Amino acid sequence: MSLKTETFLVNAGPQHPSTHGVFRMRFILDGEVIQDVEPVFGYLHRGIEKLSEGLTYSQDMVFTDRLDYLASMTNNEAYAVAVEKLAGIQVPERAEYLRVIMAELMRISSHLMGVGFLTNDIGAFLTPLLYMYREREKILDLFDMVCGQRLTYNYMRIGGVSQDIPDEFIPALKKFIDTLPKFIEEYEQLLKTNEILLIRTKNVGILTKEAAINYSTAGPVLRASGVKWDIRKAEPYSVYSRFNFEIPTGTKGDVYDRYRIKIEEMLQSIEIIKQAMAQLPQGDIMAKVPRVLRPPKGEAYGRIEGPKGELGFYLVSDGATNPYRLHIRPPSLLNLSPLRELAIGVKIADAMAIFGSIDICMGEVDR
Amino acid sequence: MPIFARNILPALNSTVLASDWPAGFWSHLIIFIVILFVFVIFMAMGFIYFERRFISRFQIRIGPNRIGPFGLFQPVADVIKILIKEDIVPLNADKLIHLLAPIMAIAPAIMVFAVIPFQNGAALVNLNIGILYIVAVSSISIVGMVMAGWSSNNKYALVSAMRVIAQVVSYEIPLALAIIGVVLFAGTLSMNGIVQAQNIPYILLQPLGFLIYFLGSMAEINRTPFDLLEAEGEIVAGYNIEYSGFKFALFYLNEYTEAIAVSTIITTLYLGGWRGPSFGLPVIPVLWFLVKVFAVFAVIIWVRATLPRLRIDQVMGFAWKFLLPLAIINLLVTGAQVVFWPVLSHWVIVGVNVVLAAVLILAFSRFFRTAGDKIEA
Repeated sequence: MSLKTETFLVNAGPQHPSTHGVFRMRFILDGEVIQDVEPVFGYLHRGIEKLSEGLTYSQDMVFTDRLDYLASMTNNEAYAVAVEKLAGIQVPERAEYLRVIMAELMRISSHLMGVGFLTNDIGAFLTPLLYMYREREKILDLFDMVCGQRLTYNYMRIGGVSQDIPDEFIPALKKFIDTLPKFIEEYEQLLKTNEILLIRTKNVGILTKEAAINYSTAGPVLRASGVKWDIRKAEPYSVYSRFNFEIPTGTKGDVYDRYRIKIEEMLQSIEIIKQAMAQLPQGDIMAKVPRVLRPPKGEAYGRIEGPKGELGFYLVSDGATNPYRLHIRPPSLLNLSPLRELAIGVKIADAMAIFGSIDICMGEVDR
Repeated sequence: MPIFARNILPALNSTVLASDWPAGFWSHLIIFIVILFVFVIFMAMGFIYFERRFISRFQIRIGPNRIGPFGLFQPVADVIKILIKEDIVPLNADKLIHLLAPIMAIAPAIMVFAVIPFQNGAALVNLNIGILYIVAVSSISIVGMVMAGWSSNNKYALVSAMRVIAQVVSYEIPLALAIIGVVLFAGTLSMNGIVQAQNIPYILLQPLGFLIYFLGSMAEINRTPFDLLEAEGEIVAGYNIEYSGFKFALFYLNEYTEAIAVSTIITTLYLGGWRGPSFGLPVIPVLWFLVKVFAVFAVIIWVRATLPRLRIDQVMGFAWKFLLPLAIINLLVTGAQVVFWPVLSHWVIVGVNVVLAAVLILAFSRFFRTAGDKIEA
């Protein structure tokens, strides 16, 4: 006797607890096993690229805060780097160092959220996430001290940063940086050898080296697959060439490696911040930039290593005050592209773990 | 006289209540039913409050502290809020089954308390087959959950219902085998008899059985790390996703009633129930009982706060490949000890069993693989 079975379609999203925003996955399920998955995005599309064409270069900066709202600082920086490349602006050294400090703090914060939400997706009821919120809160306090904002900073400007750090910032930063390794050790104790976490993440969602490159993934997802590619080293922008740091890479490219990479990168970010604090020069924080910027005709592509991968801004200028065209290379969107291949043939629970390990932010995917 | 009364009356007469309170069959029945319902409702509220406050401490939060002193009335506010919600039945739902499901789920969960001794002999019925009755009744709740999942006409609910069946049916077996170990030592199936037999708490005599029962019952009541049926990251809310208002409240109550039931059963079977230094006061055993129940529940919350969730195949593998062999070994060893070492001091058996449990668990976890290849830490 043979039983007649049929597949059925389950819709995860756009309103779903583990889709980190308004992502939608249409699963074709055979029992618990995923036969096919169709990712659907665009629910958060705000037309940032088109809107930018109607406003001046400096006004467009505020849109970048709304891209990856867990890493606004690096979005600011990437846009500033692109415009500076287009207009040929030299940023003062102190501003570069401040940018590095802020970007690395942002990386730590974003990775904390990435690991926290991954554990949440595999069912750890909020506990690791809330522990990581504790550290993120301290970073947000530091940002609050610098620019008065906690989520959308708009701190970096074309040609520098908006304001110098207050006197109490460096001691507070030092205190935070000194205590952070202890807290990371705490997460390691909670998660690293947790048997359930291991069996849920090891050998799940393996992205091979070739596939990772072919899908044009970047950031922790690419490095977890064993590719040593970090724009801070490969094409140093800002003052990154002056710091000593390692690029951690994974070996297998599974969910566990993607989680490990984030922890390792946080430790490296701490090293960078320590060096930047020691080298921080005095001086201007803003280059001489005209109030209304008119870059010469031409195009430029500025890219940085954001927390989630290569974040690039492509700008075309026709010599006017507004950009003729602005295109964003969002790492979240491109890291999502292997999702279908990874999810086919695994169980729903694993698909959620894979999705969580890719660590996306919908503001950036939909733009 | 109805048949059940004829069977139960002698059992009642044999209870060892200090004074024959409350006298008479019907008054005993009615008073105890009221006591049980009050107990279940208040304990459920207490558990909800306790869980929310206690888990907050694990998560460096404060938890509900606004309503009443220390937020003590938070569960009351929760209940009021749930009850004034609109009762929505999905358009294509099987309406009758949709209505019956929560009742079907909650009734057996409360029935379990009929044989739990709160004090020496203070139970609704002191059944001589008490533990058998509990094993039989407690698994009926699942039918209600499956009915809910099926009748809701919702795929999340359906997946959840399928998970419930697979999981609970699998975990019933090691669970029942673990209980037999206790029954062998106690020599009785009566819950009160098991408590009276525990000169040493059976957690010491049956450490392996206790662990198997504890893990199995966590899976039975769908607590983390076995809370697959309400894995909110995967299937949103599980079988009760299409429920609201009073029906949802019943499912919510059911969840906590089952948690109370499991805590009380573990207390009775393994922690010595109401036993403890009583200082001659009649109310102290009840307090001992409640303290132990809350202690068991605290461990359950602790696990929930710490561990992620397993995947469905890992959950099933854990039941069949890990718990079941251990439960069988535990049963064989216990049987041998009861037959061959009846003269031996209990403390010797305690030592042997604790060492045996440690060795067996370590050895088994070395060979046990849920899925895939070896996992190196």
